[in-house]
Amino acid sequence: MIFAADPLFNQGVDLAVFLIVVVKVVIVFALLLVSTMLMIWFERKVHADMSNRIGPNLAGPWGILQTLADGIKFFFKEDILPTKAEKWVFIIAPFLSVVPAFLLFAIVPIGGDFNDGNAGVITVFGHDTLMQLADPPIGVLFALAMSSLAVYGIMLAGWSSGSKYPLLGSVRASAQMVSYEAAMGLSLMAVVLVSGFLGTHDIVNWQAGEGPFGWFPNWAVFITLLVPFVIFVIAGTAELNRPPFDLVEAEQELVGGFNTEYSSIRFALFFVAEFMNVVTMSALFATLFLGGPAGPAFVGPGWLWGTIWFVLKTLAFMFMFVWFRATLPRFRYDQLMDFGWKLLIPLALGWLLLLGTIHLARQEGWNPAITAGGVLVVGLGGYGLLRGAISAGHAKRAAEADEEVPV
Amino acid sequence: MGYLEGFGVTLKQMFQRRVTQQYRIGTGNKAPEPERRHGRHVLNRYEDGMEKCIGCELCAGVCPARCIYVRGADNPVDDPVSPGERYGFVYEINYLRCIHCDMCVEACPTEAITESKLFEFSFTNRQDAIYTKAELVVDDEGNPQHLPWEDWRPGEEQHTSGWMRATSPAGSAAYENRVNWSGELGYGVRAPERGQEFEDVVIGAPSGHDDHGHGDGHDDHGDGHGDAHDDHGHDGGGHDHGGGH
Repeated sequence: MIFAADPLFNQGVDLAVFLIVVVKVVIVFALLLVSTMLMIWFERKVHADMSNRIGPNLAGPWGILQTLADGIKFFFKEDILPTKAEKWVFIIAPFLSVVPAFLLFAIVPIGGDFNDGNAGVITVFGHDTLMQLADPPIGVLFALAMSSLAVYGIMLAGWSSGSKYPLLGSVRASAQMVSYEAAMGLSLMAVVLVSGFLGTHDIVNWQAGEGPFGWFPNWAVFITLLVPFVIFVIAGTAELNRPPFDLVEAEQELVGGFNTEYSSIRFALFFVAEFMNVVTMSALFATLFLGGPAGPAFVGPGWLWGTIWFVLKTLAFMFMFVWFRATLPRFRYDQLMDFGWKLLIPLALGWLLLLGTIHLARQEGWNPAITAGGVLVVGLGGYGLLRGAISAGHAKRAAEADEEVPV
Repeated sequence: MGYLEGFGVTLKQMFQRRVTQQYRIGTGNKAPEPERRHGRHVLNRYEDGMEKCIGCELCAGVCPARCIYVRGADNPVDDPVSPGERYGFVYEINYLRCIHCDMCVEACPTEAITESKLFEFSFTNRQDAIYTKAELVVDDEGNPQHLPWEDWRPGEEQHTSGWMRATSPAGSAAYENRVNWSGELGYGVRAPERGQEFEDVVIGAPSGHDDHGHGDGHDDHGDGHGDAHDDHGHDGGGHDHGGGH
């Protein structure tokens, strides 16, 4: 049962429980759509600020309704189906990209009081429940699965368009996402390893617990010693195809990338999915590494403070994404692959092993000096092997280049 | 900081002053227009009310966008439209094609067509985009007609020939600041544009005998043409063109 961990279902399912679930679905759905709308506005506004422009300022106060105006316009645009397109795949692809974006948000805890052992449980009409739509026991794996599924939307969109640039874009997308998924998963596993939980609610609850020295927050970003967080942010940015990893839709090279042939509301779906993924990925960063809704509660109800902390942390990551976009130039394709395979994946893997060793050493009471020595030896050995493999690869390629007879 | 220095640069930008000039109809907060802006055309008339266009089709011939359609006809003997033998019987400009390059203005031998500074006009059908002669020709005061979909600013109609006066007759620097155009209905002979001469060091005014060379293509009937030779003493005349409006 996918909802199993929610205390809502402990006393069986009746009409009230059903209604609560329906209301939760509606709230999460609406919240995600509205926040996506605001995210697009936020991005345009902040990006404008960072390049000394003004940005949208006519639709509504501070141009906040600009996205709504754009959305309405998209509905009235002509919907073009290219003659060379693979019709059904072409039609399904935008939905394949939007639906996982929605589903991903379902497992994110968006509030709840995590202080004083409340474990984020709130009471609605006499029913205990969590402030998240679903809390599957496999939580984090579900997140990985959904972000991988979104690749299919992009891949199939590019392939089914029957056009060159979209195809190039989708080939890039699949290669990039497969590469960075590995680093992302490995850095995610660091959190799972130190917390001992897979479910998002359990991970947040664990982070709300007492941290090192008694006063330090027990957030995964500190407990995993920062490196998995950095890797996860980089890999997550690549997974979202956000700058500087937006090779998939590199405007200067590929027109629009995978969505070149799309128009009207079909294009809008891709657009919405992209920004929705930014919102959900920011929420996921906050949930997994910064404790999500966990934080001190002051005046007022505790669950409200949970939501406030969650929104603040998510906003920080949204700002980070925009900051990335305003600052960093796009990667070259081979740089992208080198960075992913030769740096991020080995680093994430090595760090996971390190954390595992520390975990085990503390559990088994190993001698710290011997453990540290062993870790150092293995780490240096691994680093040496990696360097050796990379330079051997370079040498081989150089030799091959020499052998080539000029035509 | 190395790689991360860029983040500081973009963050710093957030708190700097914006230089953007807001453009919004109705707020009156529009940037001042340059003297030589290329806008919607006008067909000029002489001070006696005669049309300047002689239907020679040079503008249509030179137009790179092929947006001008002209047909000339012989002037009616009893009621001539223009002082010459022929006049522009049909004159149409398609503003869906016009690129406002002002080559028609340079080509025109009688300064009949010039460009006003109006650029804020948004017709809503293709027929409105084709301006006919009735719409292009100036009214009895010598001002351009205001069509319903055009947004004229106050005083804008008085400057319909900035580019013509800046470049006539050939865009040569030697002819800068010289009047060699005919008078216009309502405005008479316009003063030359305040040129670079006033901004930089005077490089050397053209000597008198050069004047014979610049009359190319100009008909003698122009009312203001006789005034063209007093331009050496005319330096002060352009002063109020610098930035007064």
